[in-house]
Amino acid sequence: MKSQISLQLNGDKVSAEVESRTLLVELIRQRLGKTGTHIGCDTSQCGACVVHMNGRSVKSCTLLAVQAQGADIVTIEGIAENGELHPMQQAFREHHGLQCGFCTPGMIMSALDLLKLHPDPDDREIREWLEGNLCRCTGYQNIVRSIKAGARAMRR
Amino acid sequence: MYEFNYHRPGTLEEAKKMLSASEDPKIIAGGMTLLPTMKFRLARPSDLIDLGNISKLHGIRDDGDSLFIAAMTIHAEVASNELVRAGIPALAELAGNIGDPQVRNRGTLGGSIANNDPAADYPAALLALDAVVQTDKRSIPSERFLSGMFETALQSDEIVTGVTFSRPKRAAYAKFPNPASRYAIAGVMVAEYADSVRVAVTGAAACAFRAAELEQALSSDFSAAALDGLEIDAGELNSDLHASPEYRAHLVILLAKRAVAAAGG
Ligand SMILES: Cc1cc2nc3c(=O)[nH]c(=O)nc-3n(C[C@H](O)[C@H](O)[C@H](O)COP(=O)(O)OP(=O)(O)OC[C@H]3O[C@@H](n4cnc5c(N)ncnc54)[C@H](O)[C@@H]3O)c2cc1C
Ligand code: FES
Ligand code: FES
Repeated sequence: MKSQISLQLNGDKVSAEVESRTLLVELIRQRLGKTGTHIGCDTSQCGACVVHMNGRSVKSCTLLAVQAQGADIVTIEGIAENGELHPMQQAFREHHGLQCGFCTPGMIMSALDLLKLHPDPDDREIREWLEGNLCRCTGYQNIVRSIKAGARAMRR
Repeated sequence: MYEFNYHRPGTLEEAKKMLSASEDPKIIAGGMTLLPTMKFRLARPSDLIDLGNISKLHGIRDDGDSLFIAAMTIHAEVASNELVRAGIPALAELAGNIGDPQVRNRGTLGGSIANNDPAADYPAALLALDAVVQTDKRSIPSERFLSGMFETALQSDEIVTGVTFSRPKRAAYAKFPNPASRYAIAGVMVAEYADSVRVAVTGAAACAFRAAELEQALSSDFSAAALDGLEIDAGELNSDLHASPEYRAHLVILLAKRAVAAAGG
């Protein structure tokens, strides 16, 4: 069954014809060309595919595109402003929060959701929040450091 | 994933009509269990009926002696809602430790209990908080609702509309999470009421259950020490790569003590 859906992607109105089984992440990457959102596990474990839907972080590999009808979706491409990295992106860069970078978009989108609840999170809050984000490279130390620094920069 | 027809009804009545008109329909709530199952081709519904747009299935209400939580309420909402945090803080705490933040942002109360995973957290709350499951057809006491491993009293076309939780004097939930999934290897909820104490165990057996012996001991003395020397029969408990039945039996007593202590006993 095909349906026509429309949604907001990073502030732009977009529409597409999708099959019912099309995943949100497939729509974003393959149809709308925003490949910053990654597919790691495809089984809702790794968090590489995290985007914001109506202001909450969600795993876009475990959501149907049709379920996002009318929703406001923000991906990693939508957070930089005027060509300048978002403070959280800048913090990851400065504090070596990434090595291969595969997990990074999901880490950043997840972290930004945490900061809505806790603008000044401590190490434990950050680590608990990252339960659904896996990184195979960094060992997490510098990710936690980056998120703290990003949060500090955002409070300024 | 095989293709299917997708519907997003705006009312419960429409949803019921779609359920009866479709060949092999399935309800979808948060999709956190159903979509992975469909990806693995363990389920192949002809039609998915999405409950997300039915406003009646969203919301939390304080009814004095009880709290009503509608079926489509996500775990993150239960965890942060002021009525829940003030009325039954143990329930907010339980919801806030399900899975990870993104699972809590999609997964729903109705979906969790309809699935009745033996390692899920909410079944413990259903039993400990003397809950009644409301459906589009009837009210079902939790002990009858949770009928077995991944089994409930729900008929195939029945829709969970919400759950009524009785407000305890005090309660707490303690779980030993699987380090990868956060599902309970064992989890125990203890709730003290004016005339009784209820102890519910999840994760340890094929289905969540009440521990009568622990309830008796705590009814006369609501303290962790009252559980000293008590044992749970390992014979009926789960055995898997995470834990042996004996280890789970040990965890149940330990977690019950932690829950009592956390509740202030
Ligand atoms: C990575 C991960 C970690 C998790 N960790 C935990 C954990 O630690 N603890 C825990 O308890 N759970 C955990 N879960 C499960 C999660 O909490 C979801 O609540 C659960 O998957 C089902 O809820 P859902 O809303 O996503 O339901 P869905 O997946 O949409 O549906 C599940 C089933 O319920 C049926 N259904 C849904 N709503 C209704 C309704 N209103 N009436 C009748 N039938 C209905 C559907 O038809 C389907 O069969 C985890 C899930 C994932 C993916
Ligand atoms: S790709 Fe979505 S959680 Fe791994
Ligand atoms: S930087 Fe490589 S997976 Fe995280």
